[in-house]
Amino acid sequence: MTGGLARSVVIAGGLVLVWQVIVWATDAPAYILPGPGPVARVLLERLDLIAHHAWVTALEIILGAALGITVGLCSALTMVYCRPVQLWLLPVLVASQAIPVFALAPLLTLWLGYGMPSKIVMAALIIYFPVTATFLDGLRRTEPGWVDLARTMGATNLSILRHIRLPAAMPAAASGIRVAIAVAPIGAVVGEWVGSSQGLGYLMLHANARMQIDVMFAALLILTLMGLSMYFALDFILRRALLWQPDINAIEHTK
Amino acid sequence: MANVKPPEPVRVSDPPSSKDICLDGLSVMVDGVPLIHKLNHRFTSGQWHCLLGISGVGKSMLLRAILGLLSDTVTGDIHVEGSIATSAGSSLQGRVAYMAQQDLLLPWLSVHENVVVGGKLRNCSPPGTDRADQLLQATGLRERADDLPAQLSGGMRQRVALARTLWEDKPIILMDEPFSALDAISRLHAQDLASRLLVGRTVIMVTHDPLEAIRLADHIYILSGRPAVLGNPISPAGTAPRAVDNTDVLTLQGQLLSQLGEVPH
Repeated sequence: MTGGLARSVVIAGGLVLVWQVIVWATDAPAYILPGPGPVARVLLERLDLIAHHAWVTALEIILGAALGITVGLCSALTMVYCRPVQLWLLPVLVASQAIPVFALAPLLTLWLGYGMPSKIVMAALIIYFPVTATFLDGLRRTEPGWVDLARTMGATNLSILRHIRLPAAMPAAASGIRVAIAVAPIGAVVGEWVGSSQGLGYLMLHANARMQIDVMFAALLILTLMGLSMYFALDFILRRALLWQPDINAIEHTK
Repeated sequence: MANVKPPEPVRVSDPPSSKDICLDGLSVMVDGVPLIHKLNHRFTSGQWHCLLGISGVGKSMLLRAILGLLSDTVTGDIHVEGSIATSAGSSLQGRVAYMAQQDLLLPWLSVHENVVVGGKLRNCSPPGTDRADQLLQATGLRERADDLPAQLSGGMRQRVALARTLWEDKPIILMDEPFSALDAISRLHAQDLASRLLVGRTVIMVTHDPLEAIRLADHIYILSGRPAVLGNPISPAGTAPRAVDNTDVLTLQGQLLSQLGEVPH
C-alpha cells in the first residue's frame, strides 16, 4: 500500500517534470502552454471559483454514475429473469451503442435544459451499457452446480437469486462499475461543453475563450484528480467487499 | 490404513426414519433418444448403493432424475416419465441431500457458513450452530471454520461438502462421483470418513471407480447399454469401508474392471 503511494507520488512528480521540461524546451508562450508554476498559482488564487465549479461537476458525475449503475443493474436482472425482455431488449441495446453518445448531448440539453439533469443523464447514458453488459454476463455465468445444489436444498428462485446468483455476479458487476466511474466524467464534461452555466467543463470553455489558458489547465488538473480519487475510492471499497475473489488483486497489480 | 484418524463419536443425530426408494417405469429421453427405458428398481433403505458404469452411460442422468433436477432443465430436450417415490408412496421431496463431484462451496462464505448454507437458502434461521460445529469436528475442520474455501486443499473442501450434506440431515443421500476429483490418498481418507458418517442412511452413489464401489457399497449395480439397464446386484462381503489391500476386494475389482471393459461402447 505504501509502495503504491510512493509510486504514485513519483509518477505525478515525473509528469510535472516532463511538463516543465516541455515548456522550457519549446519556449512556448504562457497563453499556449503555461508551466506548472503559473497553473499552481492561478489554482490557489482562484480556488473559490474552481472549487465551486468542481463541486457541480463532482455532483453530476456521482449522481450520473449512481443513476447509470442502478438502472444498469436493474436492467440486467430483468433480462436474466425475463427471457423475452432479454431477447428483445439486448439487440436494441447493442445497436444503440452505434450512436455516438456525444452526438446526443445537444439533444439532451434541448430536452432537459442547461442545468444539471442533462449532464447527469449524459453520464448515466455513457455508463449504462458497460454496467448492464458485465452484470448480465456475471448473472448468466452462475455455476449451474450451485443452482442444482440449492434446488435440492429446497431453495426458492428468489432465495437462489439473493444468496447465490447475486453474490456470484458481483465480481463481474464490479468490473462494470469500475469502467463506469472511469468514464462518467467524460459524460458530465461533454454535457457541460454543449451547454451549461457552471461546472469544470463550462469553466474550461469560458477560460479558453478569454485566453486564460492557465485557468483551463487548473480546471483540467482538478478534473483529473477528481476522476482518479473517485476511481481509487470505489476500487478500494469493491476490493474490500470482494476479498473472496482472488483474481482482483492480480488484476490490480497488472495495472 | 495406518494413518487414518481414530473414529470420533459422530452420532450427531439419528437419521430420520427411512423408506425404500422405488423407481417405477422410469424413462429418461434426451432429444428423443431413450437413455433410460422403463426402469423398475427398489433401493432398500439404510444401505449404500453404488451405480457403476463407464462415462456417458446415463449414471448421472439417473441420479439427476431421482433428485428431481431433470424436470426443470432448460437446456436440451429432456423428457422424464415414470415415478420415483418412497415405498410408502410419498414423494422424495425434502428427503434427499445431494453431494456432487465438485465441492460446490460458495467462495464468499466461510467454511462454517457453507456447512449451514441450506438453512440460509430456505430462509429459516439455522437451528443452533452446535450441530455444524460437531460436524466440522467430525470432519476434522474445526480449526478451519472461519476460513474461506479458497484457503483449503481439495480434500478439505470435499470434507466441507460432506459436512454440508450431513447438516441437511436427510434420510437419503445422493452422491455423484463425490471423490473423483481428489488425489488417491485423499480419496481413500474421504471414503473412510463418508462411510463412517453416513451409516444408517440410504445412499445412492454414482461412480466410475470399481474400487470405490467395492470399498463402500452394500450393493453394486453395473449400469450399461443404451437404453441403460441395471445389472444384478453384487454385494461385497465384510463391512465398509473395506481395506484396499484385502484380496477379496482386489479380486472383485479385477472382475468388475473386466466386466466394465466388455460392455460395448
